[in-house]
Amino acid sequence: MSWKLFSLLLEASLMTIFVSTISILIGLVLAILLSAANLSGIRPLQWGGKFFISFFRGTPLLVQLLLLYNLLPVMGIQMPSLATAILGLSLCTAAYQAENLRGGFEGVPRGLVESADMAGFSPAQTFFHIRVPIALRLTLPALINEAILILKASSLVSVVGLVELTRMAQNLVASTFMPLELYASAGLIYLVINLTVAVLGRQLEQRLPGAPAK
Amino acid sequence: MSDTAISVQHLVKRFGTTTVLDDITLQIPRGQVSCLIGPSGSGKSTLLRCMAFLEEATEGSIFIEGDPLGFVYDGTGKRQRQAASELRRVRSRIGMVFQQFNLWPHMTALGNVAAALRRVRGLSRSEAEAKALAQLTKVGLENRAGHYPSQLSGGQQQRVAIARALALEPKIMLFDEATSALDPELTGEVLNVMRGLAEEGMTMVVVTHEIGFAATVGSQLSFLDQGRLLFTGPPAEVFAKPRHPRLEQFLDTYLDRGASTLV
Ligand SMILES: Nc1ncnc2c1ncn2[C@@H]1O[C@H](COP(=O)(O)OP(=O)(O)OP(=O)(O)O)[C@@H](O)[C@H]1O
Ligand SMILES: [Mg+2]
Repeated sequence: MSWKLFSLLLEASLMTIFVSTISILIGLVLAILLSAANLSGIRPLQWGGKFFISFFRGTPLLVQLLLLYNLLPVMGIQMPSLATAILGLSLCTAAYQAENLRGGFEGVPRGLVESADMAGFSPAQTFFHIRVPIALRLTLPALINEAILILKASSLVSVVGLVELTRMAQNLVASTFMPLELYASAGLIYLVINLTVAVLGRQLEQRLPGAPAK
Repeated sequence: MSDTAISVQHLVKRFGTTTVLDDITLQIPRGQVSCLIGPSGSGKSTLLRCMAFLEEATEGSIFIEGDPLGFVYDGTGKRQRQAASELRRVRSRIGMVFQQFNLWPHMTALGNVAAALRRVRGLSRSEAEAKALAQLTKVGLENRAGHYPSQLSGGQQQRVAIARALALEPKIMLFDEATSALDPELTGEVLNVMRGLAEEGMTMVVVTHEIGFAATVGSQLSFLDQGRLLFTGPPAEVFAKPRHPRLEQFLDTYLDRGASTLV
């Protein structure tokens, strides 16, 4: 297999990394908002959040993406396939991350919230300055894991018309008839990306300020 | 201004059907150290936590410098939750020190002390940090300002926690067994800080197993047993005989442990 083909795969993998990273970050913000809804004590918000989470965790991502792809035009919304892909991945990962975070929020010691109350923090300040940072620390390994899952799941976004690593490999196979080399190369690239994420994640866990010395 | 910092009136606290505090009436005098002693499970922490509204009383009322804490009574005598802003205003007069320190692990010592100065008091970052550093200096930790709680000893963590509470300039400091989670060789540094505060005239309510501290620094001692306040008075009177049989029994367990030299 020529270097030219491989470099096309590498280029497409940048799209994979871009779409996944943006989706993870948007998903994280959404997940924090879902957690806020859950902790707010406001019933309709709690129900809304629960419904969102069970829908996106209970249906296949492929179905969600196809649904989104066909739903948006019906609703009169025109979106480039990049935006559709990011939206689809973000919504899905938000649900999983919210579920991960739930455990993290439950793990925030009550005393730390009480000392925030005594310091005069408002509920919103306590949420953003105390609960969120501590919950994130507690769930960082799950977050890294989710990042890896999303990097792999991003291979599905080709159904909304986006050319990322998997789709590029498919396209190249169609014109070169070298499926083994191309798919093996694509697999290798995914593997390298994910190993990098895993290593960086572990370093982050250890370097996080205030992490207990191991 | 009256000489009462905290007034507890007919306080009842139940968890489900168990009564943990049974009709407690207690006045905490201003500018003095009031100690709460009693066997484990007698309700000391619960009473102290009620004084900070971290626990809601089932019945009765608590006044901080004359202002109701947590609940107010409307015209018809019905009890209602106090508005959040009013609760925060009254509660801002109280600083609390917990047995488990409860420092925020993702902030340095300086960050822990400065956080509320910035976010609640609205000071600029540099003002807040200068003030926080002054408080850390007061508890002898100016050279640990950049350390995270996980990098500090228990005694140091507790002193940071005291500095964090003091930075907000409370009128009253509540201590819930501030030294119980510490190794014996570390209790001294925390007790010294508390002694210093007492000498400055801080109003303090101290739940403690350190009978020696209660006897020497406290000017009022209350003995709780099974949710009832059996005795309140000057320490000398508490230790004088004859004593209430339950108090006698309680003190004996301490004397057995070699605390007799302190009493
Ligand atoms: N949240 C709670 N729910 C139910 N029961 C509780 C709760 N908190 C405290 N209790 C009970 O209330 C009683 C008094 O507890 P408290 O912690 O006030 O005692 P204490 O005097 O501080 O004891 P110690 O010296 O062990 O700290 C105990 O029987 C305890 O089990
Ligand atoms: Mg206690």
